[in-house]
Amino acid sequence: MATPDFEIKSSVLTVRLGGNLTHVESPAALFQAAQNLETKKISVLTEGLKAWDSTLVSILFELQNISHARKIGFEAKGLPQGLARLLALAQAVPQHVDKVVVEKEPLLDRLGSWGINLFNIFLKGWHFTAENLAALGRFATGKTAARKVDFLFALEDCGPKALGIVSLISFMVGLILAFVGAIQLKTFGAQVYVASLVTIGMIRIMGAIMAGIIMAGRTGASFAATLGTMQVNEEIDALKTMGVPVSEFLVLPRLAALVIAMPILTMLADFMGMLGGAFVGVLLLDIPAVEYWRYSWQAWGLTNFFVGLFHGFVFGFIISLCGCYYGINSGRNADGVGVATTKAVVAGIVWMIIATGFITFCCERLGI
Amino acid sequence: MTTDKIVAKNLQVAYGPKVIIKTADFAVKQNDIFIIMGGSGSGKSSLLRVLTGLMPPAKGTFWVDGTDYPAADDETKLEIMKKVGILYQSGGLFSSMTLAENVALPLQKYTDYSPATIDELVNLKLALVGLNGYNDYYPAEISGGMKKRAGLARALALDPEIVYFDEPSAGLDPISSTRLDNLMKDINQSLGTTLVVVTHELDSIFAIGTNGIFLDAASKSLTAHGNPHDLLKNPPNETVYNFLTRGKEDEKTA
Repeated sequence: MATPDFEIKSSVLTVRLGGNLTHVESPAALFQAAQNLETKKISVLTEGLKAWDSTLVSILFELQNISHARKIGFEAKGLPQGLARLLALAQAVPQHVDKVVVEKEPLLDRLGSWGINLFNIFLKGWHFTAENLAALGRFATGKTAARKVDFLFALEDCGPKALGIVSLISFMVGLILAFVGAIQLKTFGAQVYVASLVTIGMIRIMGAIMAGIIMAGRTGASFAATLGTMQVNEEIDALKTMGVPVSEFLVLPRLAALVIAMPILTMLADFMGMLGGAFVGVLLLDIPAVEYWRYSWQAWGLTNFFVGLFHGFVFGFIISLCGCYYGINSGRNADGVGVATTKAVVAGIVWMIIATGFITFCCERLGI
Repeated sequence: MTTDKIVAKNLQVAYGPKVIIKTADFAVKQNDIFIIMGGSGSGKSSLLRVLTGLMPPAKGTFWVDGTDYPAADDETKLEIMKKVGILYQSGGLFSSMTLAENVALPLQKYTDYSPATIDELVNLKLALVGLNGYNDYYPAEISGGMKKRAGLARALALDPEIVYFDEPSAGLDPISSTRLDNLMKDINQSLGTTLVVVTHELDSIFAIGTNGIFLDAASKSLTAHGNPHDLLKNPPNETVYNFLTRGKEDEKTA
């Protein structure tokens, strides 16, 4: 690989460019010579240069930069016109001073800032929730800026289009519950109670939780990505400047759709989970179908069913609010949308689990 | 001697059954600054998508350096695309990478240069577009004009023989737009790069264009081919004349 020849004589670093100088690797020795304190001038001589490319220009540019930094002379003779123009173009705008790097704060300051930030996030989230709950009331009376068509699209997206995935996952969860339960119950010869185990588990909590997790990953993420992209495209800014309430126009249709869809999806998840349990119980554990049905029916209680539905209803609120909140507050680039989507799913699932704990505690205290 | 870098023959651009350009025949010569001009909806950007391999032509074909691009195998297409740089309308920079990382990406992928050489090339390319010292900035931290220039630095990373520009002046103030035009001319003259520019900015068209075509939205066809100055002197039809004079003639008669 060709490199430019150079020599130092009488404090002058002479660089000779000739022949074919393309794909030239960075000449460390040449730069060291240019940095040498004895070098007082850099002189570039061009003799018979047949071919050159950007790598040669970048070397000359680096030498020029060194000469500027060291305040020593730089002279280039006989450079091809194009190469000389490029060098001049590269030097046309002076180097921008490095960006200001913010110094790291002391640990206590950082802890304080973190606490204040966290408090502000909670406050902002609370305001967002309160604003949308109030708007939901107005939506019921038809006195909002929300469009009916947006609501119907959102309802289709989080209702009929989610049936397949919710059915499949819930069926598999019911199946797994039955298998795991059967291992223990078989040791007592009580495998028929698999029916009770699966029924109570699915309808009281597991159906709602499975539907919730699926919808957080599917619909919550979709809400965040859609609204985040709208933020990037300045659509949300346009709504604000037109005086259209963002919450009513963008959040309400999605919130209402998911709040309506979630209890229905929870019922479907309950049913499919029970079906999965029956599949294991009847076909693999040889429990007679009538027996399985009888034990399932005995375990199925209206209270459990409504507790499950209530979970689904609450999860609908949580998933849509998290998705919309992070979407609306997304960064204004591709990365920002990605971060918003991740946060929406994580926050949705975390708040669902917190809500489950709270509801379970309340049910326990109320004896439900 | 000038040779043809790109030749299009009976090129039809369509999205499914919706035809955007019925047929286009043109040649881009080496070292041209070739302008694809026309009104909104005339298919300028769609034609650019075809020429950059982002979508296949509905009919006809085009040759890049004598190679039938749509008919070429993937390996040949990749070799051709290495000789091509593209500046997208909004810069097309990767938001999670600094400007230096954006420019270094094609060099790391397609060359075996040492990291030191890549750093020097990145410094040079950024300096060429007037962004010397902005290496550690993220796209979100710079202005729209700077994003375009950084996108150009990335497009120039591999010393391409052809650079495509999609609406380079869009969203820029007149000064930034002029600077970008001058930069394009400098690059064309210093490196001998062929530039293909999609634009409807008349100032840019007349400032930099050495050759070009005019796409007509109404007839969905190419209605003029030549140097923009010559087209203004001898317009082949009223639409081209109105476009190149901003419809001033219409205003006079109105």
